[in-house]
Parts: sequence; C-alpha cells; structure tokens
Amino acid sequence: MPPRPDEPLLETLDLTKVFTIRQGLAVTHFSAVDGASIALRADTPTIYAVAGESGSGKTTLARMVLGLETPTSGRLTYKGREVAKLTPSEKRHWFFREVQPVFQDPFATFSPLKRVETYLVETARNYRDARGAEIDACLDEALGVVGLSLAEVRGRYPNELSGGQAQRISIARALITKPSLIVADEPVSMLDASLRMSILNLFKELKDRQAVSVLYITHDLATAYYTADRIAVMLRGWIVEAGPVEEVLGNPLHPYTRLLRESVPQADPDKAWTVDQTMPKPAIRFPLAGGCKFAARCPAAMDRCHREVPAAYEVDGRRVKCFLYE
Amino acid sequence: MATIRDLLRYSPAFRFGAIILAAVLVLVALSFVSPFDPEARRVVPRNQSPSWQHLFGTNSQGQDVFWMLTHAVRNSLVVAGLAVLIGRGIGVLLGMISGYLGGAWDRTLSALVDSFIVIPRLPLLILVAAILRGELTLVTLGILIGLLDWAIPSKRYRSQVLTLREREFTNTAVFSGSRSFKIVMKEHLPFLIPFLLADLVSGFLFAIGLEITLSVLGLGDMNAQSLGTMIYWGNYYQSLLANRVWVLAAPVAASIVIVIGFYFASVGLTTYLDPRTRLARIQVRG
Amino acid sequence: MPELVLQARNLKAYYITEAFGVRRTVRAVEDISLAIRPGEIYGIAGESGCGKSTLLKVLLGAFEPPLTVVGGSVQYTFDGDDIDALSIDEADLLALRWAKISYVPQGSMHVLNPVRRIGATFYDFINSHRPMSKRASAGMVRDYLAHFDLSPTVVNAFPHQLSGGMRQRVTIALATILSPRLVFADEPTTALDVVVQRGVMQQLKRIRNEGGSTLVLVTHDMGVQANLADRIAILYAGRLVEEGDTRTIFKDPKHPYTRHLIASLPTLDERHARESIQGRPPALDNPPSGCSFHPRCPYAMDLCKHTVPPMVMLENGHRAACHLITDGTDNAAAA
Repeated sequence: MPPRPDEPLLETLDLTKVFTIRQGLAVTHFSAVDGASIALRADTPTIYAVAGESGSGKTTLARMVLGLETPTSGRLTYKGREVAKLTPSEKRHWFFREVQPVFQDPFATFSPLKRVETYLVETARNYRDARGAEIDACLDEALGVVGLSLAEVRGRYPNELSGGQAQRISIARALITKPSLIVADEPVSMLDASLRMSILNLFKELKDRQAVSVLYITHDLATAYYTADRIAVMLRGWIVEAGPVEEVLGNPLHPYTRLLRESVPQADPDKAWTVDQTMPKPAIRFPLAGGCKFAARCPAAMDRCHREVPAAYEVDGRRVKCFLYE
Repeated sequence: MATIRDLLRYSPAFRFGAIILAAVLVLVALSFVSPFDPEARRVVPRNQSPSWQHLFGTNSQGQDVFWMLTHAVRNSLVVAGLAVLIGRGIGVLLGMISGYLGGAWDRTLSALVDSFIVIPRLPLLILVAAILRGELTLVTLGILIGLLDWAIPSKRYRSQVLTLREREFTNTAVFSGSRSFKIVMKEHLPFLIPFLLADLVSGFLFAIGLEITLSVLGLGDMNAQSLGTMIYWGNYYQSLLANRVWVLAAPVAASIVIVIGFYFASVGLTTYLDPRTRLARIQVRG
Repeated sequence: MPELVLQARNLKAYYITEAFGVRRTVRAVEDISLAIRPGEIYGIAGESGCGKSTLLKVLLGAFEPPLTVVGGSVQYTFDGDDIDALSIDEADLLALRWAKISYVPQGSMHVLNPVRRIGATFYDFINSHRPMSKRASAGMVRDYLAHFDLSPTVVNAFPHQLSGGMRQRVTIALATILSPRLVFADEPTTALDVVVQRGVMQQLKRIRNEGGSTLVLVTHDMGVQANLADRIAILYAGRLVEEGDTRTIFKDPKHPYTRHLIASLPTLDERHARESIQGRPPALDNPPSGCSFHPRCPYAMDLCKHTVPPMVMLENGHRAACHLITDGTDNAAAA
C-alpha cells in the first residue's frame, strides 16, 4: 500500500533491546540497543548507514528491522505498521515483499548443499507469481541488475562461486520481490578491497534506478562515507550522532565520532598519523547506572557526564547525544 | 549409483562392510528357498555334527542348523528393521518439530521426551515380554523395541536442528517466502542425513541386540526362528555341555558378523556423506 | 649495498595434494625474490588468495606438507652470519625463533593457552630463552604490558577474561618482549576495532623505533600499510608484481593492478565515483598463462597472454613486473 506523504518508510522510536544473560544464579541485563531513534523517508530513496564498532548494537538493530528479533521496548514501524506485531502470515505475504536482507557472509547466506538458484526460484515463485519459463525470465532480470546472468549461475553450488559473485546473487535474490528497503549487514566486509566498489556502486545504482532504499550496516567509515546519504553512529546501543553523512564524517561533533574518524587509517601516506593518539582508558563493559556511556573515555568529559544521561540535541540539521551541544 | 561406486572405490571400511552385508543378504535370500519349514521339527536326524549333507550340522530338535540360520537371520533383520523405522521415525519427527518450532511446542515435547528417557528399557521389555509370554510375535516385538527407542535420538535431532536454525541460510529461506515445513525438509534435513544413517545403523544394532537378549532369556517368540531363539534352544538342550558346539556357534557367529558388517558399512557411509568431506570432494572436482 | 637481514631468491612454494583420486597443485608462491633491510617496516600487501600468508610461512621456515618448497632460497643475516632457513635443522630453527625471529600469526587472539594465566605463559617463554625467576619475569611483563596500555592485573588473568583487543595486544607483546631482531606479523590488526587498531599500530611502530626491530607486516588493509610500512610489496596470484616505498606505491604506481587497487579504495575526504577491478583473482591451482593479471587487465596485449613479464628496476628501488614498462611504452600513464 502506498505510504502517506509524510509517513516515514522506516521509523524507530526509542527502540531498546535488552538481552538477559544467565550465568548460574547471576543474571545480567545487557542493552544491545538502547533508546535508538532513526527515520528513513519514504519519498526519496536513501542509503542510510548505521556505523559502529563491534558491540555497538548495529547488527541487533538490523535484525529488529528485519523482524528476526523482537524489541524489548520502543516502537519499530515500517510504512506505519509495527513490525513486531506482524503475524507470520502477514510477514510472508506483505513484509518480506517489501523488506529484504543482504547478509555479511555470502557463503553462509546459502546452504552449501544446495544450488544457489534454488533460493531465487523459491523467491520468484512466492513473490512474483511466476511459473515455468516466467521464473527463468524473472531470475535473469534480477541477475542482470547485478551484472550476472542465469546461464552463469545455473547449477552452481556456493563453493564454486567467488565472494563477489555470491554476494551479488544474494542481492539479486533480494531484488526479486521488488522491495522498497534492503537491510544490508556488513555486505562488503568479507570481500576483497578491490571488489567492494562494485557492490557499493550497485547499491547506489539500486537507489538511483530502482528506487530501493538501503539500510547499510557497517564498521567501515570510509565505505559509509562513499555510499551513504545519511549516517547514524552507534556506541554501546546509543545513537550518538545522526545526520547527513558528509557533515557527520566531514565535521564530526560528538567526541566519539571524532575519535572514530581519527582512528581510521587512511589509504594515503600523506594523511598518515603524525602524532600518537593517547589510548582511551579501557571501557567498563557494563556501566553502573547513569551517566554518558562514553564518559570514561571522553577527552571532554565533564562532571555531569558521569552522572546524567545526555539527550539527543538538534545541532545544524543533525542530532548529537552530548552535553557539549545542549 | 555413483555414490555406491565412489564408496566402494575409496572407502576400505565400506568395502569390507558391503562384502559382509552381501553375504548376509545371500543368506536371507536363501531362506526363501529353504527346503525345511522353520517351524517343523524332527525332519532330520538329531544332533549330527556338520557334514556335507547338513552344512552346520543339526540340532536337538531335528532341524538343519544351516537352513534354520537363514530363517533366523531374515527374521532378526525384520524385527530390527521394524524397530528402527518406528523408533527413529518418531525420533526424527519429534526432534525436528521440537527444534524448529521452539517455544511452547519445544517445552512440552522435551518434557515428554525427558520422561521417556528415564524409563529403563530392558527391564520394561522383559516385563512386557513376560506378561505377553506366548503371544509375542516377531512383529510385535519389533514394534515394542521401536516404541522404546525414540527418546534419546530425538534429543540429538533436536539439538542439530537448533544449530541449523541459527544459520544464516535459514533466514534466507525464510525471506524467500518458504514455510516452516519446507525449510526443515529442504534446508535442514540434508544436513541430518549422514547423522540419520549412522543413527539408523546404531538403532539397528541395538534392536538386534535387544531381540537376541530377550530371546535368549526365553521371552521372545519361541516358535519362530531368530538368532536369539536359536541360542536359547541351543542352551536349552545343553549343546555346550554335550560338545555340540555347532548348534550355538552358527547363530553366535552370524550375530557377530552382522553387527560388524553393518558397523563398517555405516562408518564408510557416514564419512562419505559428512557435509565436510562432501564439500571437500565438490571443491576438488570444481 | 646496505646489509640485509632477510633475502629470498626465486622462491617457489606449492601445495601439492591428492584427494579422492584428484591431484592438485596450488602455486601459492611463484618465483618471488625480495630483500628486507634491517630496521625497516616492510609491508606485504595483496588480496585473498594472493599467497601472502604462504610466503610468510615459507620465509619463516614454518611449513610442512602439503606445502613444499619447490625452488629458491631464504637467507637470514644476523651479526654477519648467514643462515639458510630452508636447510637449517629443526633444533637450530627453534633456537632462532622467538629469540631472533618472532611470529604473530593470523587470529593470534587464539594462540594463548586458555588454561594458563597470562603471566605463566610469558614466564614459560621468557625463561626458556633467558632464565630468570618468576617474580623477575612478572615484573618485566608488567612493565612491558604498560606500553600497550594494559593494566598490571592482566598478568594474573586468563585469556578468556580479556577482550579480543586485549588478547591481541598480549600476543604482540609476547612476540616482542625479548626484542627479537625480526618480527613477522600476519594480519595483526584485522579483527580489531578501529580505535584499538590504532593503538596496536602505534605500538608496532614504537617497537621498531625504540627496539630497532625489523618488521614484516602482511595485511590486505591498504590503510594499515599506508600508515605503518616504509616499503610495500604487492602480491598478485603468487607473484610479486610491484615493490617500492610507500609513497611511490600510493602516489605513482606503475603496475595496472596496483593502480586500479589504489584507485578503488574509498577515503574519508571525497566521494567521487570509483570502480572495482573487473573479474576476480585467479585460482592458484590453475593460474592464467603468461602474466597472471592479463584476464582482468584493461591494457592486456597479446604478449601478456603467453609471456610472464620480468621484474624491471625503476628509480629509487621501485620495481614492477609488467610488459608495459619493459616495452617502454607507458600506455598506463596515457590512460
């Protein structure tokens, strides 16, 4: 169903996911995602990057968007409907048609014992109402978009393909349903550097020519900068800064974003580090209640940062979760 | 099939097992052309040692040991086959349902399975057999053994499916629009097959062992010929004390040979079907 | 001619396997010659399947069947003594290792013994080369770990109690605490978060600057190479295709593979369109004839299809193996 003009394509409001870890009699609550709020517009296709290090919660966020995890609290809506409340039948008939995943490891995406085209055939049969020769045409079309053809792919097992090819086939499968949103979890991190560009360029093309929005999860800031329009930077479940990518990465406001950006080794010896960065103190894994999660390592930490949690303040068209910008 | 050809070529274990099993099957085939009815007694001179006329000699009931053995092998295999089909069949189904659906289904089924595991099988079987004494046919015995042997296997299948469910390709299948049943059958079952085959063989051997145990104790179908009943009657007529070794040697040797044959064949088969070696083979050729 | 600490000449190493009746030869290292100067950080770069990890194993002499050295030599020079790494016997090689040569393997987070405390692992190692008491060893370890920003409590911890980044730092510390002359590191920072990675890279540089060690760094991450290495060797399909100092490799590469690789890397400064190299790296059990890059090279000529290009010396120790350069026709510059 077509979205209302002002209704976002994807929206999360204060989204939280808490994992309960039991070790013997001790129980710990671990907030993988903590009050995350992002929004993707419906009117223009966007590539929205969610960037962070390991443990930042970006993968959990992606899985909640895909419906593979249920939120502990907060709202997650796609085209106005709450994803967590969809029945399996609604998911199969509507949601999977609209939202499709691309996973990190192209070789884990397919069963090693099956030919890869079986997944594409299954998707076509379920979502394009195709039979017989129509299915082949459908597959050829989708594979064509990613630069492959059915003849090349037919009969192949995953281990006969290269990482780049397998990932493209994974994207082609996602395209068969003609989705509005693709959730890509670290889609290029397992590929060779020289091949990443082709996949990233493909995402840009999908946005421009096929009107597909992409939620791009990554730890690699350089690829986010190249591909995305907007970016949200995550730290231990929080979104600490969100906004247009050229501004957030070109002129980072949040101290953590700054630290991240400075720590990326650039592939240019002229931009090599000249000064040693002082290592931030090791982070406490489960902070005591209260306080900014970055306070222990922040060069600009004030007294109140250890006691109060900052809100997300609007600055220059972005949102920054830091007292410096109150 | 190409599989069998490959197996025979590369797996010495399978070759060995296959030869033995071929011999066993020959025996089973011979049982259909046996000149003697398995239930008939005093058809040949009693207690004769092995000779050209009676290859394995004759027993105290006046039966030819060799031909009785062919029937015994056939019957024992039938009992075991039934037991395995029923037992592992239930085990696989319950295990896969439990593993994939999770939640309340899993909890209920697991509780059921756990209570079954606690039941001591041999004593129960002895009890039931003793109660049903005289009315226990081979088929009933097979079904009974099967009904007691699904619990532990089902736990193993459940744990396999639990791991498989977490693998990314399960999600791919979900997002391709497949329904749960199809996912379990097409995505997960292929991984379970080598495990299943090994399990079938071990179930088979367990059932044969159980049948022999019961019959030796005199609780099986004493009128029919089986490996266990041959041993029972051999003991009953004190074959060992009277130095008529051949009466016992035949069924005992046959039991051992069958077990060994199945075991080796299954070892060869499971190594071949293991997804890891299967991948290695595909890689080498590809 | 500066004294060299390691020299490899025409090294050839293949994996020869036979399984299910099929014989397979993977030509992982094909005719590689290189020389490493004392006190430098030498980077070996290349993508998956280029043979760099195998090259490292061969240089170390740490290989076993099915990896076989089919030709060439590896020579170490310490204090004027030449040692042939490939014909040396096991005991001498072990003595060399960890005292003069040290190796940080890939996935080094997992090489720590999980049932021994960090301090005990260090003690075993230190004591076998420089006998000392446990207390002295613990003290030395604490002081050294502080350089990696690891607190003294780490000495008493078990590996599983530390985070991945901390274990990685511990492994690098273990490999370098006795100031070995030569340190080989295989993807030492690949699994680390970007912030921790920077710290580790800084420490590696310090080890060279303060300890005078020579570092051989194998990584596919060109950003790490740009920030750490003095000279870089680019490997492709088991062959060395280009070698030069870092600035030259990034700013003025001559081999088409290097040029396209560098051009395809995204940076944090501008977002202009970039392209991947078309095609994919060849399988090393069936490499293309002639120049192994020719199927993907936009400038491939007929010659490239059947003749392996020779290594050509350019200025300042820069060398590359490409027919375009040997020809003298620099089509690459015009493109």
